[in-house]
Amino acid sequence: MATTDIGVAEQASRRQTRRLKRQDRAFYWLAWGSAALVVALLLGILLSLLWESLPSISTFGLPFLWHERWSPAKHIFGAAAPIYGTLMTSLIAMVIAVPTSFGIAMFLTEICPKPLRRPIGTAIELLAGIPSIIYGLWGFFVLAPIMQHHVQPFLLNTFGDLPVIGFLFSGAPYGIGMLTAGLVLSIMILPFITSVTRDVFETVPVMLRESAYGMGMTTWEVVRRIIIPYTRLGLVGGVMLGLGRALGETMAVTFVIGNSHRIAASLLAPGTTISASIANEFAEADGKLYTSALVELGLILFVISFTVLALAKWLIGRTESY
Amino acid sequence: MTAHNPITRRRYRRNRIAMVFSIIATGMGLLILAAILGELLWQGVGGLNMKVFTEVTPPPGADGGLSNAIYGSIMLTLVGIAIAAPIGLLAGTYLSEYARGSKIGEAAKFINDVLLSAPSIIVGLFINAILVVPFGTFSAWSGAVALAVIALPVINRTTQDMLALVPNTLREAAAALGAPRWKVLVFIVWRAAKSGILTGMLLAVARISGETAPLLFTSFGNQFWSTNMSQPMANLPVVIYQFAMSPYSEWQRLAWVGALLITAAILFLNILARTLAARSR
Repeated sequence: MATTDIGVAEQASRRQTRRLKRQDRAFYWLAWGSAALVVALLLGILLSLLWESLPSISTFGLPFLWHERWSPAKHIFGAAAPIYGTLMTSLIAMVIAVPTSFGIAMFLTEICPKPLRRPIGTAIELLAGIPSIIYGLWGFFVLAPIMQHHVQPFLLNTFGDLPVIGFLFSGAPYGIGMLTAGLVLSIMILPFITSVTRDVFETVPVMLRESAYGMGMTTWEVVRRIIIPYTRLGLVGGVMLGLGRALGETMAVTFVIGNSHRIAASLLAPGTTISASIANEFAEADGKLYTSALVELGLILFVISFTVLALAKWLIGRTESY
Repeated sequence: MTAHNPITRRRYRRNRIAMVFSIIATGMGLLILAAILGELLWQGVGGLNMKVFTEVTPPPGADGGLSNAIYGSIMLTLVGIAIAAPIGLLAGTYLSEYARGSKIGEAAKFINDVLLSAPSIIVGLFINAILVVPFGTFSAWSGAVALAVIALPVINRTTQDMLALVPNTLREAAAALGAPRWKVLVFIVWRAAKSGILTGMLLAVARISGETAPLLFTSFGNQFWSTNMSQPMANLPVVIYQFAMSPYSEWQRLAWVGALLITAAILFLNILARTLAARSR
């Protein structure tokens, strides 16, 4: 009898081991499947955009990229205006946001008294949490009137007659337009760039910083000669991350861009961006070609922002591995 | 202390300019935050009343509330997070625990990071193509899935980061006691990283509850009270967008009220997540 008892016990233990192994395998595949799903999602987005934009690609070919005319009634579509608008508003946003973010990061890491550091840092980061539609709403109701009545007339009067850059500031003060959109975008990406910049500034070893101060360098010299060179790659990465945001941002821009498919020389003129065109027109687009042209715009945006983000990640990754 | 050496004087002057610039930059950042929040409070609180919570969105020119949009936003966010949370948690666990150091794992992490900051309007286009066009109608389901696609990489990433903080000795101790791998992960590693993972999920909720672009062509909007997930459903962001751009002052008032509600909810979630993260440390 004793032998069978051992047999039974052993069998039970083996069964349990098998069950645990099965559970282990099941959990592994569940986790694997979830991770694979994330990868599949990116591929799925890319393929779906490609597939949906095929009619437009086969109709217009490459010239789609540089043709400006956008005429749904005549089934003629060109992406030049939205592409220009996307790049231009992002450029304006970067020109404003990058120095400001560096200034804030410098303040937070080098100048700010210790007890104020956390509250101010938190406040700036809360700015990042506010959804983009709020920025759009604020830009539309608060910033645009200020631009129309004060800033743009001032720009027109001051710079409008200058020989080289005058054309950038011509036309009528509409309030909305490229410059206003760029401004709202700059406010939006400011916290992103600031928090990355602050984080990489803090990776500078204290020893290095203190030695520099010890040699009698001023704060600005420490930032300019020690901190910026040390964190160069990370800084560029942070800037690119902000650029990625700016390129793809929809709602903040849609409110204040004016949605006009024309490339105007003046920064004060209304324009459009890729995301604003899609947001404004996709739901009402009738006809396969119209929809397809809008999806192709999306594809272009995806490729641009993918490149920028991939570059940003790569650069940030290289600083972290020091 | 005054320096007479001209070079030193120039250095100090430059330093002062940089300091002043840096302080002005910070001041401007804070000023804008205050301006936005102030305007929201000013315009939003003025329009706030009980009707906002009890009546549905009005036709042009009439009086009404936002109850259907509030309900819709809560539903879309909850369903979205319910879809994204388990998948994100498991995916993060795989990438952080099983695929540590492997080439494919690194590539998957990279793809997730790209997805994390992909333009949200593209997610809207994608979900529109796979869940709206085939069924022939905008639906709350598609909106929730679109939000899930936005939340998934956020949860995935925070899970990876949080699991990486769990000391290896814990895993080894549990494994030495004979616990199978999945039990080590679920009962030891997840539990150790619980508050961090929860913080990530709260941040994901905060992120998706204000998203507008992915909902424009998925959940769309609905003027009436609807609880049917297979039909278009009103939601705060899209209502804010439509009402703000309209010429009707009543609609514009409701847009500000909606904006105030969303911002208040998101700031609350952010602060909650922060306190949670601070406590766990």
